[in-house]
Parts: sequence; C-alpha cells; structure tokens
Amino acid sequence: MSEARSALQGRSFDGIARIEDMGLCGMITLRGDLDDGTLQKAVTSVAGVDFPGRRKASLAEGRGLLWMSPDEIMVLLPHADAPGAARTLAAALSGTHHLVAEVSDARAVLRVSGPAAREVLAKLTPADVSPAAFGPGEICRTRLAQAAAAFWMSGEDSLDVVCFRSVAQYVFDLLATAAAPGGEVGHF
Amino acid sequence: MLILQCPCCGVDADETELSPGGEAHLKRYGPGSSEDDFEGYLFMRENPKGVHFERWRHAHGCGKWFHAARCTVTLEVFGTYPAQSYAPPQDILDRIAARRPGWRWREFA
Repeated sequence: MSEARSALQGRSFDGIARIEDMGLCGMITLRGDLDDGTLQKAVTSVAGVDFPGRRKASLAEGRGLLWMSPDEIMVLLPHADAPGAARTLAAALSGTHHLVAEVSDARAVLRVSGPAAREVLAKLTPADVSPAAFGPGEICRTRLAQAAAAFWMSGEDSLDVVCFRSVAQYVFDLLATAAAPGGEVGHF
Repeated sequence: MLILQCPCCGVDADETELSPGGEAHLKRYGPGSSEDDFEGYLFMRENPKGVHFERWRHAHGCGKWFHAARCTVTLEVFGTYPAQSYAPPQDILDRIAARRPGWRWREFA
C-alpha cells in the first residue's frame, strides 16, 4: 500500500487571512434516501454527530456530516478510520438502496482563517457569504472562480474549503491571491 | 445576470453556478414514431422572444436538474419547479398570465 499524501502537502500562506492545507482527511460519500430512518441511524452512528438538515453541516472535533444534495451525504472522519467506517456503513445498509464510497483521497481540504476569511471567499464565489446569509452549521456548495468547491464555517473566523484534488493547487493559489496583503475590502 | 432558485436545494443560484439544459417539456418520439414526429423531437425548438421554459442543472451546487420559466427579453424569472413534471405548475402559469397577458408557448397558454 502506498503512503497517502495530501495534494498540497502542508502548504500555507499568510496574508489578510491564513490559508492552510488541512492534510489528510477521511471522507465517505453516501447516496440514498436521506429520509430513511435506517440510513440516518447508520450514518450518525458512524459519524458520531447529528443528522444534518437541508444545506446543513453537523460538525464535531474531526468528524462531521455534510448535506451535499437531496440524496447525498458526506461523512468526515479521521483518514485512518475511513476504510473501516465505509465497511461498517455498507454492512449496516445492506438490503437498502444506497451507495457508499470511500473518497478520502479524492479531495483537498483547506482552511481559510482570520477576520477577513469571509471576504477572501466573497472575492471568489458568486454565493452570498455575508454573516446574514451564511453562518455556522451551514454548508455552501458553489464554485471558487472556475473550480467546484464547498465550504462551511469551522470556527468564528475560519472556513474550511473542500475542492477536488486535481484543482487543489489552483484553489490554493486563488485563495492566496485573494488573501494577498493589502487586499482588504472591509465589506463585512 | 440570471438568478434561479434551485427547487432541489433551495439555493438562489447565480447563472454561473448553473448549466443550461435547453428547452423543457420535450416529448420524446423514439423507434416506431413517424418521421415528422421524430424530426420535431430531435430538431424543432422554440426560440421565443418572451416567455420560455427551460431545463437547468445546478452543476456547481447540488447537481440536480430542474425546470425554470423565464422571459428571454427581460430575464424576469416566473418560477422554478421540479424536473419531474410534465407541465408547469398552475401558480407559475397564473403568474405568467398576470405579467404577460395573451402569452403562448407550445401547448401552454
């Protein structure tokens, strides 16, 4: 088995906000009927957090459930736990119509932190990231310039961004450019 | 700039987050149909100046298809509704009738 590495290998940037690679992060995609009680129970027992509602993210330390679409949930968990958790989940859902896939190495996770974190994202996405429209416990799937991405608040002044691994460097460079010193807008 | 509310996830999505999917409510004519019906299904499209019904996909969001009713001249959006529908819902038809008296689009009016 080859050694897993994150796409950005711990890179970081300091400007009006700090951009950092979050390293390896376990992810499991689950598709199925999200209203099904069996599915909800199975996925919450694996993730250890509450089942998220529409466009919500349930997060705890290093673990979480993200609502991705009306039939898709993403499980966040420590990288080493992902293969076992995917097997547990698949076993718990056998007999129901579903899809479980361990996709830990498909994406890159970045953290944008600092008082200007919202502003940095607002420069890159058409989505409304004002405090009135987007807050803790919510997930926003949108695009950052030309790449698909999703983000959620991981703290008062910090946002976690996920994008596909193949565009990790592009998204990192975008965020770094948007966070370049002197780039404050002061809108939020 | 067009902003459509995705009926699947409820997001007010910017045009650049969406992929256009062409005309809505096409009836498919497959093997065994007449040549005229097949030609109509394959090639004939509305190109209205005014009320139009289209398919869109929330490509950079939840990834789901939906239908939208809008005006091609003013970009006024009359509403969006699920992809799993054969005709626009009555409330959207009523809204269009109020805003564009005498409108017509294929079999809908």
